[in-house]
Amino acid sequence: MEHYNMDLTLKVWKQNNSKTKGRFETYEVKGISSEMSFLEMFDVLNERLISEDKDPIAFDHDCREGICGMCSMYVNGRAHGPWEKNTVCQLHMRAFKSGETIVVEPWRSAAFPVIKDLVVDRDAFDRIIQAGGYISVNTGNAVDANTLPIEKYRADESFFAASCIGCGACVAACPNGSAMLFVSAKVSQLALLPQGEPERKTRVLNMVAQMDKEGFGNCSNVYACEAECPKGVSVANIARMNREYLSAGLSDEASI
Amino acid sequence: MSLDSKIPEGDLEVKWRDYKSHVKLVNPSNKRKLEVIVVGTGLAGASAAAALGELGYKVKAFCFQDSPRRAHSISAQGGINAAKNYQNDGDSVFRLFYDTVKGGDYRSREANVYRLAEVSASIIDQCVAQGVPFAREYGGLLSNRSFGGTQVQRTFYAAGQTGQQLLLGAYSALERQVALGNVKMYSRHEMLDVVMIDGKARGIIARDLITGELERYFGHSVLLCTGGYANVFYLSTNAMGCNVTASWKAHKKGAYFGNPCFTQIHPTCIPVSGDHQSKLTLMSESLRNDGRIWVPKKQGDNRKPTDIPETERDYYLERRYPAFGNLVPRDVASRASKERCDEGYGVGTTKMAVYLDFTDAIKRYGMIELGKQGLETADDKTIEKLGKAVITEKYGNLFEMYEKITSENPYEIPMRIYPAAHYTMGGLWVDYELMTTIPGLYCLGEANFSDHGANRLGASALMQGLADGYFVIPYTLGNYLADEIRTATIPTTHPAFEDTENAVRIRIEKLMNIKGSESVESFHKRLGKIMWDKCGMARNEKGLQSAIEELRALRTEFWSNVRIPGEINEMNPELDKAGRVADFIELGELMCMDALDRKESCGGHFREEMQTEEGEAKRDDANYSYVSAWEYAEGGEKLHKEELAFDVVKPTQRSYK
Ligand SMILES: Cc1cc2nc3c(=O)[nH]c(=O)nc-3n(C[C@H](O)[C@H](O)[C@H](O)COP(=O)(O)OP(=O)(O)OC[C@H]3O[C@@H](n4cnc5c(N)ncnc54)[C@H](O)[C@@H]3O)c2cc1C
Ligand code: SF4
Ligand code: FES
Repeated sequence: MEHYNMDLTLKVWKQNNSKTKGRFETYEVKGISSEMSFLEMFDVLNERLISEDKDPIAFDHDCREGICGMCSMYVNGRAHGPWEKNTVCQLHMRAFKSGETIVVEPWRSAAFPVIKDLVVDRDAFDRIIQAGGYISVNTGNAVDANTLPIEKYRADESFFAASCIGCGACVAACPNGSAMLFVSAKVSQLALLPQGEPERKTRVLNMVAQMDKEGFGNCSNVYACEAECPKGVSVANIARMNREYLSAGLSDEASI
Repeated sequence: MSLDSKIPEGDLEVKWRDYKSHVKLVNPSNKRKLEVIVVGTGLAGASAAAALGELGYKVKAFCFQDSPRRAHSISAQGGINAAKNYQNDGDSVFRLFYDTVKGGDYRSREANVYRLAEVSASIIDQCVAQGVPFAREYGGLLSNRSFGGTQVQRTFYAAGQTGQQLLLGAYSALERQVALGNVKMYSRHEMLDVVMIDGKARGIIARDLITGELERYFGHSVLLCTGGYANVFYLSTNAMGCNVTASWKAHKKGAYFGNPCFTQIHPTCIPVSGDHQSKLTLMSESLRNDGRIWVPKKQGDNRKPTDIPETERDYYLERRYPAFGNLVPRDVASRASKERCDEGYGVGTTKMAVYLDFTDAIKRYGMIELGKQGLETADDKTIEKLGKAVITEKYGNLFEMYEKITSENPYEIPMRIYPAAHYTMGGLWVDYELMTTIPGLYCLGEANFSDHGANRLGASALMQGLADGYFVIPYTLGNYLADEIRTATIPTTHPAFEDTENAVRIRIEKLMNIKGSESVESFHKRLGKIMWDKCGMARNEKGLQSAIEELRALRTEFWSNVRIPGEINEMNPELDKAGRVADFIELGELMCMDALDRKESCGGHFREEMQTEEGEAKRDDANYSYVSAWEYAEGGEKLHKEELAFDVVKPTQRSYK
């Protein structure tokens, strides 16, 4: 593919900390190579800002290969930008043309307060996992790994659900700020495995309760989450979680 | 101080068993009173924190990312080894041990490696019990693949996302302990120093990366699980935040640094595309199971790879190493690529790349699938389609990643790859119990030097991290803490905490006050270039000497001309990075000193002066069969040597021919 250079206008959200109000700042960047990643374009801009004694833009990132879930930018109205099944760290500049204006914002959600510029607080996700996103097995207790065969399609389904990177794009993309895709991915992963069976009911009840407590919105089946999820986590997981929740709730009542 | 590796007596096979049977124990009510600090929550740290929390210790865990689930371990792709012998192909604990010692080019400790192989099977059991969705066969049992440097299939995997799945398993175990109140988690916190009281590690100073505040934490012991330092090369396959700061601070407080020059350059990474490049992306070693590596037979051949006929291709690994072919260990494969490119056979725009080609594998799998459908023949298109589907199932995410970065479709055009800095075998020196030379200070995972000698085999780092955290430290830590039950919690108003915090504060202020003209990033790039050129894939005396001079000059320049924007008491990523780069520059010098001292070639350490006629690494067992352990001292680093004894595996010239 042909490489090219481009000049762009960036409108980026700047906010000093969670207590102050934010605003958009406009930056002109020149000579950006189509081979750069989106974050490398930010590196170039930040280097320039530092040399001009200006405040660089804070953003979260670490692996830069789409797996840690740290990067979190809302680009031109889309979580992680224009490419399908992609994190913003894997977005490359060949997605843009010279002369374009690009608007970059942090995740917007009541449950993810802004810490600085494009950096948000996603601790709510950890707390949802603490509520039940695990199998209670102490170290050293395990039986031989091949004791329980698991049908391949089940193991595969479980794996697809487990490939969630916890980035929060689903929440940012959802008009209601719902975390259903994230929570259902974990619930599904464990519900599909025989090892997850003993805690199947309490898990879904507790995780959903925690999700509600954190201030995430309700799911109204818009499915924007699936469209923006960089790992293609399927909304079928939401349906599965709803079933799990319902049957857990029912048997819970029955047992009283 | 003389180095005591505390290797238990007895035959290799009984050392760990006997150790566990006789090690001191701490009773449950005392465990509740003992506090343990775990710095780092990657595979090593998360598994350690979870396992120690389960035992009842009071644990505080730290990481610099916003969540423990994001540690660099998450990006491991290919797999994790374990001596399960599920494939009935002749694997055993002994063979895994043997392969690892040989793969490490006879520069690791036999007893440690044997223990690693011994606990490997339990790791897989534990992970499956936690709900880690490893790849399975149609019969529902676990699937295996092969990895470099071995001839059996012992690698467990979850597509190309094994590290992610293992870390999420350990993370969930950790979060469970957080929920139970046994572990307190501090995310977005960076440890900046160890606090020493009466010669023992008793706590840390950490900086809250949101507020910039310095904080003090007490622990009866401190575990560093802070990962590797390959980012000293600036460009590496590591995540951007990986750093050496925790280990380096400990080193300056008295922890010896083991084999700092042993670094691994991984053969299959996406090549550098330009100056803007911020990191390099690995293409998992598992691809070498199916991909064939080649360059054109003609120098400077500019034809498209698909236009170069079979007879004009040089499959140089298969040619040079017929027994292992494309599956030779990493150090061997990397050097072979470098050799071809240096000789002018490289491909791509920069000519610093070789091809990794899947055409044959697609055909082969296509035929197998055809057979499964009971068909004898079909047109090429159908075979290709069937074959591609198999490749997608095995490596789909890697192929996608490659295409996103290069905008080339690796199903059609061979991948271009080149070696890149990837992993560090060196790290803090630890004894058999994983304790550093500072009493009460332990080091686990990639951050320690222990198990991989001069070269790590693929899929063995995940194994080591989890072995250390789940199955080793829960025993060895007790042996130390059993004698600490009378030590009451030391208040953090103790002068040692005060002094250490002050020293950290003064350094931060000093950095901020330089107000020079060059960015941290720019210094890091310059550091990386020196290290890559002179202490990278090939090293020689002259280069290393000049690197040391250059690094000293760079250090002076850094401390007089770095520019850090912003304030101390706010979120300031540039300041965080400045501290890390300052430490990297110092580490770089030590790496070069170590490489200079080791006048032999072994594993990833290739001294150009020391090679066989065929260009292979030439070890010198008579003079260099030791672990170098460097002590930080006023007036310069001091070298100590831990002589290695090989009672079971006889060191020979490594051959993969
Ligand atoms: C791209 C890639 C692919 C790989 N694939 C494989 C593979 O297939 N198989 C295999 O066996 N190995 C693989 N490896 C190697 C393996 O992933 C690592 O060696 C291993 O995961 C390291 O784990 P760790 O727990 O030691 O450290 P890490 O996972 O790096 O964790 C370090 C932790 O320390 C924390 N930390 C660091 N410094 C500080 C500080 N100062 N204060 C507070 N916290 C700190 C971090 O926040 C993090 O939590 C791969 C490596 C890479 C780069
Ligand atoms: S479900 Fe998808 S979008 Fe949501 S957190 Fe997981 S990976 Fe991100
Ligand atoms: S930086 Fe890790 S997913 Fe983007």
